[in-house]
Amino acid sequence: MSYIEIRNIFKIFGPDPQTALKLAQDGADKDEILAKTGHTVGLHDVSLSVERGETFVVMGLSGSGKSTLIRHLNRLIDPTSGEVLFDGTDILAMSINELNAFRRKRLGMVFQRFGLLPHRSVIDNVGYGLEIQGIDRKPRENAARNWIERVGLAGYEDKFPDQLSGGMQQRVGLARALTTDPEVLLMDEAFSALDPLIRNDMQDELMKLQGELHKTIVFITHDLDEALELGDRIAILKDGKLIQVGRPEEIIMQPADAYVRAFTRDVNRSRVLRARTLMQPVANGCDVNAGWPRIAGNMRLEDILPVALATEGSMAVINDRQETVGILSKQQVIAALAA
Amino acid sequence: MFPEQLNVPLGKWVNRFVDWLVVNYGDAFEAFADSLLTILVWLEQILRGTPWWIVVIAVAIIGFHASRNWKIAAGLAIAMVTIGSLGLWDKAMQTLALMIVATSLSVIIGVPVGIAMAMSNRLRAVMLPILDTMQTMPSFVYLIPALMLFGLGKVPAILATVIYAAPPVIRLTDLGIRLVDPEVLEASRSFGASRKQILWKVQLPLALPNIMAGINQTTMMSISMVVIASMIGARGLGEQVLMGIQRLDVGAGMEAGIAIVLLAVVFDRIGQAYGKRSHRSHKAEGKS
Repeated sequence: MSYIEIRNIFKIFGPDPQTALKLAQDGADKDEILAKTGHTVGLHDVSLSVERGETFVVMGLSGSGKSTLIRHLNRLIDPTSGEVLFDGTDILAMSINELNAFRRKRLGMVFQRFGLLPHRSVIDNVGYGLEIQGIDRKPRENAARNWIERVGLAGYEDKFPDQLSGGMQQRVGLARALTTDPEVLLMDEAFSALDPLIRNDMQDELMKLQGELHKTIVFITHDLDEALELGDRIAILKDGKLIQVGRPEEIIMQPADAYVRAFTRDVNRSRVLRARTLMQPVANGCDVNAGWPRIAGNMRLEDILPVALATEGSMAVINDRQETVGILSKQQVIAALAA
Repeated sequence: MFPEQLNVPLGKWVNRFVDWLVVNYGDAFEAFADSLLTILVWLEQILRGTPWWIVVIAVAIIGFHASRNWKIAAGLAIAMVTIGSLGLWDKAMQTLALMIVATSLSVIIGVPVGIAMAMSNRLRAVMLPILDTMQTMPSFVYLIPALMLFGLGKVPAILATVIYAAPPVIRLTDLGIRLVDPEVLEASRSFGASRKQILWKVQLPLALPNIMAGINQTTMMSISMVVIASMIGARGLGEQVLMGIQRLDVGAGMEAGIAIVLLAVVFDRIGQAYGKRSHRSHKAEGKS
C-alpha cells in the first residue's frame, strides 16, 4: 500500500449532492450534470497514490479540481464519496479531535495567497503551528527562528506580512509549514502568485530544501513547466477527471490524449528529458568504449548536448554508483531534440 | 375604511402578556434591576466623590494612552473643564455613570451575539430584523413595558439605552468576523486549530478594528439616549435639557446640550483613537 492513497473520490458541490453523485457514477459528465441538476462536479472518480518522500505534482487549469483535490488530503473538504487513506489510516473516519491532531503533527500546508496572519509578526506567524500544538513560547520561537533563517529571512523576524514582498511572504508561508516538522507538505499553487524570476528562485529553494529534508510533497500548479521542474511524478486533471499520471518524461514522450499533447507541445523538451529516458539500457560493463564520455543518468538533454557535440562516438550513461547502465548516441540526442 | 373584522387585537395581546410577566416574574425582574442599580449607584458615587481635577487628569491620561498625542489629551481635558465651568459637573458625572454601565452592558451582550451571528447564518437571518426593529422602534414604545416591569428610575433608562445602542456593536462584530480573509481561516484550520483557537487567535484579533468601531458607535448612541432616559427618571444632563424645555429656559437647555456634545466628543476621540491603534499597531511599530 502506498503512503497516501485516494480511492474513487467524487466531490459534488450543491444542495443535494447524492442525486448528482448517482448520475456521475453512472458516467454522466460535468456539463451534463450541471445542466440536469445544477450541481458542479469538482472531482470525478479520482484515484491516486503518493509514495513516501516523492514530490507529486497535480497539474490542471482552473476549474480542473486540483485545489479541491489537495484539500481532501487534510479534509479541508470532505468528499461526496470515496476514500482517503494516509499511511493505512482512513482519515475520513477521524473525529474532529483526531483530525486536528493529525493536521497538527503530520501535515503542513502552503497557500497561493500565503494565508499569513496579518496581525502577527513573521516569527509569530512561523511559530503559529507550534502555538496551536500548545508548545511554550521559548522553544516555539527557537524553532521558528531556525526556519526563518533556513528560508533566508534572517533579520525579518519582527516585520509584519504587509511589510514584505510576495516572495518573502511565501518564504514565511513555507517556514510556517516546515516548523511543525510535518511528514507531508501540501502546496496549493504556492508559487503561482509570484513574479516569474521570484518563482524560479522559490522552486530552486524548495528543491534544495527537499534534497535535505526528503518530505513527501504534494504540489498543485497550473503551470506545466513548474510541474515538470519539480515533480517526481505528475498527475494531470481536467474537468475533475484524472487524465494521466506519470514521470515528467512519460508525460512528454507518451501523452495520454490530445489534451495532454496540446499542453506538452510548447514545452522545452531539452529541459525535461534526461539521459536515462533516452538511453539504450545495457548490462553493466558491456559494449562500452572506454574512451566515451560518461554522463549521469539524471543529466538533462540541454546539458548533454554540448557533450554530444564534442564527442565522435557515443556516451556512456552511469548511475549513482558509477556503474554503466546505458548508451546514448549522438543520433539519439539529435532525434530527441527534433521530435 | 379598512374592514373592522380584519382588525388584529395585537395591542390587547401585548398588554395581557406584559401583565402576565409582571404578575409571574415581577420578583425576578426586581432582583435583576436591584443588582444593576447597585453597580450603577456604586459607579456614580465613585465618579461624583472623586475630586474634579483627578477625573480631568484621568481623562487626559486615557486620551494620551489611546492617541499618543499630547494635543488630543489636552483638548479632552479642556472639554471636561468646560463642562465643569458650565456648572454641570455633578450632572455630567451622573450621565457618565449611566453611559458607562449602559455601554458595558451593550458590549457584554453585543459582542457574543455578534460572534454567534457570524457563526450561524440562520441566527443571522433571525437577528437582522430584530436589530432593525430595535433601532427603528420609537424608544417610548418599549419604555412603557420597561416602566411597568422596573418602575421609574435609572434601570429602565439603562435598558432602553441598551436596546437602542447595542445594535451597532452586534452588527459590526458580525461583519468584522465575516470579513476575515477565508484563506487565513483555511490556513489556520490546516494547522489543526480548534474552533476556539481560530476564534481567539484569528477571528477576534482581525475583527477588532470593526468591533472597536461598533463600540464607538454604541457609545455615541447611548449618549444620544440620555435626554429620553431622563424622562423616565434617570438623572443627569438629560434632566437639565428636559427642565430647559419645560420652563422654556433656552439658556439652561443650551448649556446642557453643549455639555452632552462635549462628553460625546471626549468619548468619540478616545474610542476612535483606540480603534485606530487596533488597526495600525503593527504598522506603527514597523515604521518607527
